Amino acid sequence: MSKSIKVVGVGGQGTILLAKILTTVFVEAGYDVKMSEIHGMSQRGGSVSSEIRYGNKVYSPVIEKGDASILVSLEQMEAARNVDYLKKDGVLIVNDYKIHSMVTLNGKIPYPDNILEDLSNRVKTYVIDGTNKAVELGLDKVMNIIMLGALSKVIDLDNLKWEDAIRENVKPQYIDINLKAFKIGLNEVK
Amino acid sequence: MKKILSGNEAVARGVYEASVHFASAYPGTPSTEILQNISTYKHIYAEWAPNEKVALETAIGASIAGGRSFAAMKHVGVNVAADPLFTFAYTGVTGGCVLVTADEPGMHSSQNEQDNRNYAKFAKIPMLEPSNSQESKDMIIDAYELSEKYDSVILFRMTTRVCHSKSLVELGERKEVELIPYKKNFGKYVAIPAIGRKLRHKVEERMNILKEYSEKSKWNYEIDNNSKIGVISSGIAFEYANEAFGDTVSYLKLGFTNPLPANLISDFCDKHEKVYIIEENDPYIEEFAKILGKNVIGKELFPYSGEMTPDVIRRAALSENYKGVELNEDLFVGRPPTFCTGCPHRGFFYELGKKRKKIIVAGDIGCYSLAVGEPYDMMDTLICMGASFSSGHGMQKIMEMKEEDDRRIVTVMGDSTFFHTGINSLINTVYNKGNTINVILDNRITGMTGQQDNPGTGLNLAQETSTIMDIEGIVRAIGIKNIRRVNPNDLQETKDAINWALDLQESSVIITDWPCKLKKRYNDEDFARYDKMWQTKDKVIEDLCTGCKACLRSGCASLIFDPGTKKVSINPNTCVGCDVCLQICPYDAIVKDDKYV
Repeated sequence: MSKSIKVVGVGGQGTILLAKILTTVFVEAGYDVKMSEIHGMSQRGGSVSSEIRYGNKVYSPVIEKGDASILVSLEQMEAARNVDYLKKDGVLIVNDYKIHSMVTLNGKIPYPDNILEDLSNRVKTYVIDGTNKAVELGLDKVMNIIMLGALSKVIDLDNLKWEDAIRENVKPQYIDINLKAFKIGLNEVK
Repeated sequence: MKKILSGNEAVARGVYEASVHFASAYPGTPSTEILQNISTYKHIYAEWAPNEKVALETAIGASIAGGRSFAAMKHVGVNVAADPLFTFAYTGVTGGCVLVTADEPGMHSSQNEQDNRNYAKFAKIPMLEPSNSQESKDMIIDAYELSEKYDSVILFRMTTRVCHSKSLVELGERKEVELIPYKKNFGKYVAIPAIGRKLRHKVEERMNILKEYSEKSKWNYEIDNNSKIGVISSGIAFEYANEAFGDTVSYLKLGFTNPLPANLISDFCDKHEKVYIIEENDPYIEEFAKILGKNVIGKELFPYSGEMTPDVIRRAALSENYKGVELNEDLFVGRPPTFCTGCPHRGFFYELGKKRKKIIVAGDIGCYSLAVGEPYDMMDTLICMGASFSSGHGMQKIMEMKEEDDRRIVTVMGDSTFFHTGINSLINTVYNKGNTINVILDNRITGMTGQQDNPGTGLNLAQETSTIMDIEGIVRAIGIKNIRRVNPNDLQETKDAINWALDLQESSVIITDWPCKLKKRYNDEDFARYDKMWQTKDKVIEDLCTGCKACLRSGCASLIFDPGTKKVSINPNTCVGCDVCLQICPYDAIVKDDKYV
């Protein structure tokens, strides 16, 4: 049996690092793991996603729609765009943050304002104040690790060595702040 | 030791373990990271080529001289390299040679979806198709043994998901392979007609011998799950099929796929009541099975295009419907990629956009193809690498035959595309007295594929200083008399150059000269032209903003229009102070933010 986690966001938000740490954690715990991402547009403000699948034996590196147990979204509208990847009983973890697209920037179409309301009525949802908490911590970029902390609580497996995986994947001078961010995220999920 | 590697990283590891001596490539998604990873192994000499044809030709030379050689490219790159490939298929190799083709089912970053397995059949060369990272590494090593044993270049067919997905790989030891002493071999490598006719028979013999090898290749095997239903599959589609059917069906997994194993396929079909052929893109295996007279189910059930992901298989073969959370399409709008904040292409396309009614724009492959979208809408055509100058020339010749239509053709391409195949196209324009306005958007990097060096950057793949190809000098040497170099962030300078070119009645070249914002390769001259580069930010004086939205036509993602207040604001977290919007604002409402000056 394999499980699937999808991580989505906007180019530049740090989905790739989040997915990398997640992959490390499962590999170190001895699972078979496959990870897939489509790059090319990642630095140009487009939608981005990474997919992680783990279990005793994993074949497809790609998650089927309707098969993910967890969807982590670093941005509101990306959660709405990708929610169909979730199983009916899946969990959504969403950063309470909006990033305009070229379409909403010029005001022609408004950015939808009822995303979190709609999604949390239909899916088990954790809304995380990730961006603000990261800014409070002094580095807006660690929002992705705050989200990782929340994710670790939802996954809730005690054989996973999260902090080791963070140490392995971030630059030495940023280890401390990332570990702090991870703990903040962990405490956001009650 | 096991390590999690992408298919591209695994190929690089395999190239290292196989003791390859020479590697070349031109960047192209999804193949780019292969050579980048190869360059991290000190034992392998590796270089970027200006295009795929050159990459393969250098690998051919390295093989002839006695080294193991390697070339990698995206699927459409093989079209560029097809000329040497088809004759190399005749000559065979001295040192083993492998050509990676990275295909794109689903066209994530490509202009077409061609199935390059057809090239193996067309060129009559053996082919391997890995399904995951472990196979990517192991098959590459075996490919060199096969290449040398059967005297042929090997086509190594990967697809986006094999290249870019990561899975566990058991690493092996590097086995040293010595260079082979060079001996002139006229009858093998000088493909004049007399020799070509002899080699033609050699190719046929080789493929006949390989038919026997294919039957017993370790890459072609059956997984018997004692089922009446059988699935024949290759590449990533095999993994997808496993995900969808599990052990409810038996499998014939094919990894060595040219020539295909006729007996294995035939016996497998005879043993099962129903056989599905699951493959992405063309019915390559299916047609072979049908020629053998087998009653298999393929493209009549499964889509001819796109990725054959497990959900696609489930829907087609098992009539399973979607069971997950429903999408609410009112909750989101498109988020297309756009020019980065501070991208030098923005100022140019803003100014060119003002001439929309007087011009037709022939586009090309690179970041600047993003100008197809809002708010630029600045591309009439996009065909392939280097085609803008030449297709634009053809368009101009026809437009000149039309008395009622006097629109001019503006052609645009980047520096890397100019070195790739643009130079030939520009020669044609000059030679044939063309009248196009040709723009070289020189951002001093190969941008779209992730900022690789090219002949114009002054650095090679090993990051050694190299001769900088002088684009202006090349253009002048070709015979273009009218050349202007502009800073595209200076809108007046850019506008003047466009007007100047439109007034001329002969071909011209405008070079927009400013480095990619992501790579930040600035020289002293740049710093002299732009004080405190990227250290400043722009801001909107709210009282002066009339909500006219003129600045939004710059297409900068840092500008936000509030439909409530009808004012624009600038996101200080992303603004880099390029001043393009500041120059556009007709009310002087955008200024330098003195907090950052």
